Amino acid sequence: MNAHRIAIAAFLVVVVALAVLPLAADKFYVQLFAKIMIMAILAMSLDLLLGYTGLVSFGHAAFYGAAGYALALLTPQYQAANFWTSFPLAVAASALLALVIGFFVVRTRGVYFIMVTLAFAQMLFFLFFDTKIAGGSDGIYIDVRPVAKIGDWQPFRLDDFTHVYYLALVLLVLTYALLRLILRSPFGRVLAGIRVNEQRMLSLGYQTFRYKLACFVISGALAGIAGYLSAVQFGVVNPEMLGWHLSAAVMMMVILGGMGTLVGPAIGAAIWMLLELGLQSLPSAGGVDFGKHWQLLMGGFIVLAALLLPNGLVSMIAVLRNRKGGIGG
Amino acid sequence: MDFFTFLIQVLNGVQYGLLLFLVSSGLTLVFGIMGVINVAHGSFYMIGAYFAWSLSEKLGSFWVALPAAIALTVAIGLALEWLLIKRLYKRDHLYQVLLTYGLILVFEETRSILWGDDVHGVSIPAILSASIPLTENLSYPVYRLWISAVCLLVAGLMVWVIQKTRLGMTIRAGAANREMVQSLGLNIELVYRVVFAAGITLAGLAGMIAAPVSAVFPGMGNQVLIVCFVVIVIGGMGSVKGAMVASLLIGLVDTFGKVLHLEIGGLKLLPELSSMTVYLLMAVILLWRPEGIYGRRL
Amino acid sequence: MAEAAVLRTRELTRRFGGLVAVKDVSVECRTGEVHAVIGPNGAGKTTLINMLSGDLHPSSGSIFLEGSDVTGLPSHRISRLGVGRSYQKTNVFLPLTAFENCRLAAQSRLAGSMRFFRPALADREVNAAAERALAAVGLDGRGSVPVAELSHGEQRQVEIAMVLATRPRVLLLDEPLAGMGSEESVRIVALLRKLAADHAVLLVEHDMDAVFAVADVLTVMVNGMVLESGAPAQIRSSPAVQEAYLGSEDAV
Repeated sequence: MNAHRIAIAAFLVVVVALAVLPLAADKFYVQLFAKIMIMAILAMSLDLLLGYTGLVSFGHAAFYGAAGYALALLTPQYQAANFWTSFPLAVAASALLALVIGFFVVRTRGVYFIMVTLAFAQMLFFLFFDTKIAGGSDGIYIDVRPVAKIGDWQPFRLDDFTHVYYLALVLLVLTYALLRLILRSPFGRVLAGIRVNEQRMLSLGYQTFRYKLACFVISGALAGIAGYLSAVQFGVVNPEMLGWHLSAAVMMMVILGGMGTLVGPAIGAAIWMLLELGLQSLPSAGGVDFGKHWQLLMGGFIVLAALLLPNGLVSMIAVLRNRKGGIGG
Repeated sequence: MDFFTFLIQVLNGVQYGLLLFLVSSGLTLVFGIMGVINVAHGSFYMIGAYFAWSLSEKLGSFWVALPAAIALTVAIGLALEWLLIKRLYKRDHLYQVLLTYGLILVFEETRSILWGDDVHGVSIPAILSASIPLTENLSYPVYRLWISAVCLLVAGLMVWVIQKTRLGMTIRAGAANREMVQSLGLNIELVYRVVFAAGITLAGLAGMIAAPVSAVFPGMGNQVLIVCFVVIVIGGMGSVKGAMVASLLIGLVDTFGKVLHLEIGGLKLLPELSSMTVYLLMAVILLWRPEGIYGRRL
Repeated sequence: MAEAAVLRTRELTRRFGGLVAVKDVSVECRTGEVHAVIGPNGAGKTTLINMLSGDLHPSSGSIFLEGSDVTGLPSHRISRLGVGRSYQKTNVFLPLTAFENCRLAAQSRLAGSMRFFRPALADREVNAAAERALAAVGLDGRGSVPVAELSHGEQRQVEIAMVLATRPRVLLLDEPLAGMGSEESVRIVALLRKLAADHAVLLVEHDMDAVFAVADVLTVMVNGMVLESGAPAQIRSSPAVQEAYLGSEDAV
């Protein structure tokens, strides 16, 4: 009970801190934290698959990128798209893609699921990389950001980095709340059952295919929210948004923070983004430009994390707390 | 398409398929026997190609470079299994994927530091540089036939080792029952180390012999890896026979997808969308047999 | 005995490669009856249950549920048609609480588990069904404990409670008493008697005292085939059964 209250208090403190950050920080940090929050949405959406349903998707970037490309394709040249139509359409595009891909991949299990999700995501990557749709391998610019007008009133402006920041914050909180609702619903409980013992769920009369597919679609749609926000923030989409390096990075965020905790993956996203930034600004040493070759150290970090962090940082904190409690009591 | 053009495309498709078999059989063996999914498998294709290029330049001959490159790849495989991979045997697939993905980044950046990011060509060894004339304008390079021959030779060798030798028996027993092998007093750790090194050397060898026709470039391993995943999904994880059938299928589908022209209602599908064809093939197989053609039912 | 069989098989056969695990087995289960299938290990009893529950598909033969052919239907469909099964090897959701195990089982009968926003615990009917199932097997008061932390015997009880929570008309119980203490066994035997009043029960069990205490009909299987089928008294006095099974069991 007490721990529960502390958790709620901590959550509120973080939200309030994020809400006042733009008042104190300069543009660089506001944009950095907006990016972190976008990645947190993406990581939480993957956690629904990875942590709560036990579906190891190695192609999550596909749904993130799909919403970004949807916005790019919905934006007329030199004109602005309408936020109120383009946002739901972009998220729907991700959901639809997840429905189509999910229809095939959800039939498979274990290591097949990993390979098949990756393969389909790469198919989408090559679709945008090899063809001339939306600028090919270079990607495409969204010259004018979407406009969020209701009649003549414009509640927020997406060409203002502070407004984008707050939009990301609001959507982060909404995504979190939505996932919490889903997880305690009958549907969410079915997902938990599937993760633990899918075969028994079948023998209890659950057609697990439908539930896994629905979960895949929800997860893809939420990833689409992140992808749309990212396209709005940077005004550009490119095939990298669909690529497997991003899919792997999101997986790392989830693992780092702790699977099946929602808050953990959000923290994992922050750690990952800051780590990336830190490694990229490393100086040269011994004739090797570590800032340029930052992925070398990132790769080493991933290897170590996979060896040493079986349940993420959140579990490590829990272990430490138990140990302390054990000594005290 | 006349007969000789068709023949050339079939030969190309088979050659590409056999090369894919070399890479994917290593991946499927390592999974089938050790239960490890190694996403860094494609990196060894790249490493093999870079070794072939770099050592050919340094040693002056492809034929000297080849055994040296093989020896180096085997050594890397043994060291890697001893250092990292053996810690993955009892872990969840998720962590196997992450660790080996981390290795991809390490390999790619090390490659970038050592050899830069340029595209390099490897010249075809003189003895194989001829072409067989088919018609007045068409001919087929001997080197490509040699690639197919090497792949078939290795495939035959692999089947022989698995079916007929003591090592092969141990491998098959290990795949079936780890405890049994240990109780027989066989050194399962050594078997695993050898299998892993052999598996990645198959990928490395494919990269080495492909280098003169495909060039040597950053990220080349990742492309191959994804196609190998498709091969395994189609063929069935752990099945060498499935890897062979699926590789040839994909080799041919991919090759003909690039040369055939298909237009439906003014919409140009082939060759514009040729990079999609193998994935569509995979989608069809997933509907039909989610466990792959020769896979065990899930 | 005049009542029509709820569940009936006709010459059910299952091969694994060259091995025939079950051959030409025809059995019937009636409401109000406990039909026990006995036989030595490897006789094909579990394979038979696996086919009845849809976990395995028969190589040949048919399964009829209330007259309609359900052969080859997937397990979730069979379950929805009112056939519940328990497993010989405890097959539950270990990290979840005993209550949640039964609640999930009860929830499966809900028309829409595709509810995304209402809390799962708000469905009183499902909660009550789960509580009833726990109480029936004697686990009331243990609901809040994760199953992984329960004793082996209690886990076996959860296994049965989950089947009850799905409110089936046909119960397929694969060695429900295996691994249970004597006190719990007595309770479950009494429960089976009570359930038999309005369920059709197919029971696979090694505990012969329990079998003869509850069974109305006995089928003896040896090497995948039915050796003899009939009332307990008939089976007890059958020389063939004595020789093939009961005799050797007594000798041990």
